Amino acid sequence: MKQLLILSGKGGTGKTTIASAFIRLSDVKAYADCDVDAPNLHLIMAQHTEPERTDYIGMSKAEIDADRCIECGLCKENCRFDAISCKNGYKVDPFACEGCGVCEAVCPADAVSMKPAVAGELMLYADDKKVFSTAQLKMGSGTSGKLVTEVKKQMKTAANPDTKLAIIDGSPGIGCPVIASLSGVNMVLIVAEPSISGISDMERIIKTAETFRTKIGVCINKHDTNPANTEKIGEFCKEKGLPFTGRIPFDPEAVKAINNGQTIVDVDCPSGSAVKEVFNSTMKLLFKESDGAET
Amino acid sequence: MKSKGVKIAILSGKGGTGKTLVSVNLSSVARKSVYIDCDVEEPNGHLFFKPEAVREEDITVKIPVINESQCNGCRKCVDFCKFNALAFIKNKPYVFEEVCHSCGGCRLLCPEKAIGEKEKSIGKVQKGVSGNVIVHTGIMNTGEASGIPIIKSLLNESLSDKDLPVFVDCPPGSACIVMESIKDADYCILVAEPTVFGVHNLSMVYDLVRLFKKPYGVVLNKCLDGENPAEKFCMENNIPILGRITFDNELGTLNSDAKIAARESERFRVIFSSLLETLMKEVLHETIVNPQR
Repeated sequence: MKQLLILSGKGGTGKTTIASAFIRLSDVKAYADCDVDAPNLHLIMAQHTEPERTDYIGMSKAEIDADRCIECGLCKENCRFDAISCKNGYKVDPFACEGCGVCEAVCPADAVSMKPAVAGELMLYADDKKVFSTAQLKMGSGTSGKLVTEVKKQMKTAANPDTKLAIIDGSPGIGCPVIASLSGVNMVLIVAEPSISGISDMERIIKTAETFRTKIGVCINKHDTNPANTEKIGEFCKEKGLPFTGRIPFDPEAVKAINNGQTIVDVDCPSGSAVKEVFNSTMKLLFKESDGAET
Repeated sequence: MKSKGVKIAILSGKGGTGKTLVSVNLSSVARKSVYIDCDVEEPNGHLFFKPEAVREEDITVKIPVINESQCNGCRKCVDFCKFNALAFIKNKPYVFEEVCHSCGGCRLLCPEKAIGEKEKSIGKVQKGVSGNVIVHTGIMNTGEASGIPIIKSLLNESLSDKDLPVFVDCPPGSACIVMESIKDADYCILVAEPTVFGVHNLSMVYDLVRLFKKPYGVVLNKCLDGENPAEKFCMENNIPILGRITFDNELGTLNSDAKIAARESERFRVIFSSLLETLMKEVLHETIVNPQR
């Protein structure tokens, strides 16, 4: 299975809009949304079906048993995450606790225990033709990287073993969820935006992706909103030897399509025609031989 | 109350809705203010402000170092580490620095006192000045997993400017990193765009600010003619709307060239000044209703 991951660094450049168009164009049998912080792909790709839901258990959180606590303060002293306070007895702030277990280990009164905590929910939409794996992290939870890994695992397990292609929508940023989504994919398509912010963020995500030695392609969304910056992105790609897979214009019809629960290739619009070319050159790049073995 | 030293967090759930646009322009129209960029993975505020007299400080975390001559291979550290940052390879523990959370547990538990710690840089914070705005920026090194220690340092540092209004530009999402950014905020601005994606992510940060019992209001950005699903969501949930920013080619171009619209054009100066005025009234009102803040 060849896995294509769509990333951008900056948020709101059009990852999900492009991912949903690609899914429609390729009629892909396996796809996933790894933006577990703020997933949106299901709003377009799975409006009328109910998924199979599973709790995601994240890191355990510390709990202090007030009856056993001798108020020695060792837990608070040794917690590096400022997660323990002592107003009216020692208490753990579950949002600050990272589940390291130091407090449990140092407590002389055996008053601290680590309790498993639900940190999100995995969703699987599957029928005999397609699997779509996604998840939602619980409000304010950490360890989103682990949940991303679970989303990809769920997709691979549920997919037919002959599946040739998987399309994965990623999250903004360059931190743990992005790093977790990068591992094991065959190619990353970066959706760049022609703004100074967009260029800066693109350079940082490319630097991050390069450490994984993954094939990288770049496309530009809303290219006509700033032609000078679009040119800069083109030059940057040339300089770095990064394949460029095309450009998509700003298109108010795209917003309308999305708000109607459609992909931009479901309607006749300029962005929809442009994304087809981006799709074709991206697929050519992804399936190009001489790039090592499949994973 | 303290409208002077009030801390305003700007968040959105979805990326690209205009958090930085709103934060940068509000900071600019205030008489004097502090801007903090907590989007340490992809910081953009400094591109707009181009601050001068920048002072820089390295942010480090503590990473265990195994003293092999003292290690007797008991594996206590490896078994303890909940993050799998230690592995037992060739009878010795090996540290995977990228996954270490710096909890210090391995060092604490080692019966042979064979584990020390070193400082490892994960990024930096910068402080500079751009006209009437003191600009704080956090920049995480690429390849690092978590920027939370950088955000903690940014928010601590900003305490030194107690008398000025503070605008905290948050990262997208609603995970731990956003939580850390809004923890000390007196008021939250939720920036929303008129798409179904925008509404879905707005509803998530709406839950988050209520969970943290923060007063909040919405700024509707990129408003077009016709139905606005984000506005509809606000009406249905009785969420105060602080202002509407109309989709505007001139604003879009200025913003994509990393120019501060309120400093470039009188028209936008007026728009953001009036937004700031509404915001400050709302903040004052909220803090009188909830005097504990």
